[in-house]
This record gives sequence, structure tokens and C-alpha cells, in this order.
Amino acid sequence: MSAIQPNISEQPVSEELQLVRAAKQGDDKAFEELVRRYDRNVFRIAQHITQNREDAEDVVQDAFLKAYGNLNQFQEQSKFYTWLVRIAVNEALMKLRRRRPERMVSLDEEVKTEDDSVPREVADWSPNPEQMYNQAELRDILTRTIQGLPPGFRTVFVLRDVEGLSTEETAQALELSIPAVKSRLLRARLQLRERLSRYFQKRASGDGNQ
Amino acid sequence: MKCTEFLKELTNYLDGALDDRTKSDLEDHLAWCHNCYVVCDTTRKTIEIYRDSELYPLPEDLRGRLRSAIMTKCTASKKSGPQNA
Repeated sequence: MSAIQPNISEQPVSEELQLVRAAKQGDDKAFEELVRRYDRNVFRIAQHITQNREDAEDVVQDAFLKAYGNLNQFQEQSKFYTWLVRIAVNEALMKLRRRRPERMVSLDEEVKTEDDSVPREVADWSPNPEQMYNQAELRDILTRTIQGLPPGFRTVFVLRDVEGLSTEETAQALELSIPAVKSRLLRARLQLRERLSRYFQKRASGDGNQ
Repeated sequence: MKCTEFLKELTNYLDGALDDRTKSDLEDHLAWCHNCYVVCDTTRKTIEIYRDSELYPLPEDLRGRLRSAIMTKCTASKKSGPQNA
């Protein structure tokens, strides 16, 4: 079984740095290019965290505005994108806390037991879930399933597996240790797998729906 | 290797981050333990299905509106001096 490769191709750092340096010098066109480059990613991350479209739109605006206002504090020791993601995640978590004040929302929240990651569904999946469900149904299943994860797990999974950040970049963006990222990623992956198995596993009856 | 040890290494295995020795131990385990094989295979499929389905696309018209709002606010913030964002 081959290793999974991240889907984001490595941007040449020098080109991105040129844009960042130009933007620091006051070149708004260069900053606009950075917005074009990453707005879709920031929107996706914000939607995954806040689970609310209006909030995600606000997060996109606030994160880029904050990046613009603090560009001189970006020390160029990490990729601009990692720095931007850190700002966006913080903005998104603030929105989430405002919307759900009754629940403390934190990336540090520990989840009760290790049992949540013990595999129970061990049936193989049908060759292709896309053949069992149409696109809208599949999207609905995937959205509902990932929304059921605690924010701390969801965020690690999205940055690492959907956005293709490395473990180190994810740790930097979330201000977590590398072991913490790895542990959350494993549990997030296993929990998603478990929940998706209920939809996708092979059925003797041939009925795809639960 | 026991199933619990296999599970601990699953993420490193799928990410290609294991040394040759551990990888080989793990693959020996996968060769005979059907349950772990299924867990490994379906976890890999879980990652791929999320990676391949864009759940929250940003529509072009909204994208344009957001970018325009961002750049307007950026320009305004420059005129009004440095902000403590």
C-alpha cells in the first residue's frame, strides 16, 4: 500500500516571498495576488471550523485584513501560507466561541477516552462509494460526518489531509506539539473511517442506504 | 506486531514516515491480519475521499466580492494609519 501524498504542490518559496516583500513595501497588487492564491483555502478551512457560511466569509475578510495590517511582523521563518492559516484558524475559533458561548471551544480540548478510536467496523468498503451515492448525497454524508468530530480533531484533519500541510506546518499553524498533531490526526482519521464505514461498507443485501 | 501496535503506527505508515524496519514489520502484520488490512485500506480511502471532494467551494462571484471588500478595507486601513489588528 503506497503512502498518501499531499495534494498541494509545493509553491516556489522564492516567488511567494517576492510577493510578500513587495506587499510589505506597500505594493497592494502583490498583496491582492496573495489573496487570490489562498482565498479558497482560507474559506474552506473557515467553513470546516465554523460550520457556518456567513462566519466563513467574515473569517476570510478578517484574516486577510489582519495579515495585511501585521505583514511587517511576518518574520519569513515559515511559509506565508502557514502564517496566514494560523491567523485564519484563530479568527475562525473566535467566531465559533462567539456562536457557542455555552461550550468552551479550544484546540486543546481533550477527548474523553481512547476508546473513540478503537475500530469496530471492520468490513471492507464497496469498491467505489461514488457508485453507491450520487454527488449530492456523498457530499452530504462527508459534511455531516466531519462535522461530528470535535473542533480540535477536525481542524488537524483538515489542515493535514485536506489542505496538505505537513505535520510540522500543522503544528506551527495550530501552536501544537508534533506528537499532539500526530495523535489527533490518527484519532480523527480513525473516527472518520469508523463513521463512513457505516455508509460505505459492503452489504450482502446490496442495499446501499442505511 | 500486535493490532494495537499496528494502529499506533497507522498514521506514520500512511504518511510514508516510517523507517524500513517498522514498515516491514507492519506489512508482515497486514499480510495475515485481515481486520488491520481493512482498517488500513479504509482509512486510506477516507483520506482520499475527503481530499478529492471539495466540500466548500468558493463560488467565483462571492470570491470576487470578498476580494474587493478585502482590498477596499486594506487601502482604507493604510490611509487611517497602522491598525492594531
